[in-house]
Amino acid sequence: MTRRILWALPFPIALVALWHVAVVQGWMTIIPVPKDVAVELWDFAVGGVYDSVYSGTLLTHVWASSSRVLFGFLWAAAIAVPLGILIGRNARTSAMLEPTLSLLRPIPVTAWVPLVLIVFGLGAGSAVILVFIAAFYPILLSTITGVKGVPERLIEAGAMLGTSGWRMLTRVVVPASLPTILSGMRIALGFAWVVVVVGETTGVPTGLGSTITEARETSNTALIIAGMTFIGLAGFYSDKLLVLVFRLMRRNRPLIAT
Amino acid sequence: MSSALQKTPSSRSPQSPADAATSTGSTSAIELHAVSKTFGDAGSVPSLRDIELEVAEAEFVAIVGASGCGKSTLLRIVGGLETATDGVVRVRHEDVRGPGPDRGVVFQDYGLFPWLSVRENIAYGPKQRRLPRAEVDEIADRFTEMVGLERVSARFPSELSGGMQQRVAIARVLANDPAVLLMDEPFGALDSLTRLSMQTQLRQLCSDLGCTVLFVTHSVEEAVVLADRVVVMAGGPSHGTAGHIRTVVPVDLGFPRDITEPGFNEIKRVLLAEIFAEQSAQDVA
Repeated sequence: MTRRILWALPFPIALVALWHVAVVQGWMTIIPVPKDVAVELWDFAVGGVYDSVYSGTLLTHVWASSSRVLFGFLWAAAIAVPLGILIGRNARTSAMLEPTLSLLRPIPVTAWVPLVLIVFGLGAGSAVILVFIAAFYPILLSTITGVKGVPERLIEAGAMLGTSGWRMLTRVVVPASLPTILSGMRIALGFAWVVVVVGETTGVPTGLGSTITEARETSNTALIIAGMTFIGLAGFYSDKLLVLVFRLMRRNRPLIAT
Repeated sequence: MSSALQKTPSSRSPQSPADAATSTGSTSAIELHAVSKTFGDAGSVPSLRDIELEVAEAEFVAIVGASGCGKSTLLRIVGGLETATDGVVRVRHEDVRGPGPDRGVVFQDYGLFPWLSVRENIAYGPKQRRLPRAEVDEIADRFTEMVGLERVSARFPSELSGGMQQRVAIARVLANDPAVLLMDEPFGALDSLTRLSMQTQLRQLCSDLGCTVLFVTHSVEEAVVLADRVVVMAGGPSHGTAGHIRTVVPVDLGFPRDITEPGFNEIKRVLLAEIFAEQSAQDVA
């Protein structure tokens, strides 16, 4: 473990050093030196340095963004997982829904932004809707793939042991496709963070996306970089959290398909 | 290992009064009459045609034959995993309609649930039947012990050897107290030493519990080691004729069987002659 950390450290240290030298030497203008960004990071997180409107407001903004990601993501999962199971297991549902869903899928989330803003207005609601749209397809597609990929042998084994109907889904199909569903959810959660930042640039008062947008308007470059850092951290830890939730749910059972 | 199989905790005796009551005079556990199966459209060569076979209660019947003769299809029809195009398929005098816990299938590739532990795999069937928890626990313990896997009961299938996985699969279907045990080349993927030991264990288990077994294999020797009767199948669409039963050979040898004994080899010779006679006849035609 310590060995791994030792191997991982030199590269980011070198990057920060290069950044510092580049600013001091005048190769980059406008960008502040790393130390200034570090101070801004500290002020944003804990406060007590600049006494600006952003001092010590990190938790407010992180929570604003996280809750939007969480709601959009959970709604997407709540609809996409059952729908994916239905499409994956039932040829008629698949024939009925898949063509429409496949046509809607190539529309990028960013193309949905103007429409969503007109319908739902500027505000947090639109950000949640956009997160929902972004997270929906990866979860749906991975669920369909996972469900269709359940080995026929396991279905047969379930059937000859007396499993039928609804229980075939809950006892065999869902547990067997869970690993694939999880990987789709991880991709979806990544998209959710991309999109929440985009959504928050459209005039929402709180959130990490709105923080960096407003920081640009006041030319506070240090705050922009500080905000970016926290967006990265939030995305990283929410992925870890999702995997942890699955681990706890499966109580360390093997997360393998076959 | 086999000491773990010495127990005789049979909750089911094949000649119990309950069976006699439902019986219509015969003691057949499996009845197949005029069974045919055609895959694809009606014009193609049938995989099976006019199969007639009866398996008595507590009888061990092996099916041998070349690849593509339809022996696995026949077994899957009894299991309800395939539907016969024509004919009558009955298990304990009930028409077979789809798979069910009264017909336990053991697959060559085990088909264990990878997310369940050994014990949970074995407890799966009794749980599906919604037995009380105490009874499920008792059954799971009993059958885990019966196949000698107490020490690995908390492990997952991926952590076990092939032989151990197959013992889990056998215990898993036995825990459902099935009327018949359907085994589709169950030891085909195992190395020859494991295979030998599994044959001994299975035969002991079946004698103890009085199981009715239909056992598909392409090893003639395995068939003669295990079975009371050996069904020789031949043909198959790839040979241009429908799969059919060529002959049925009784194996009148006691247990345990000695594979070096003259009687054993004589039966093996007869079976091989039957299998190859059909093949050369087809080659000529």
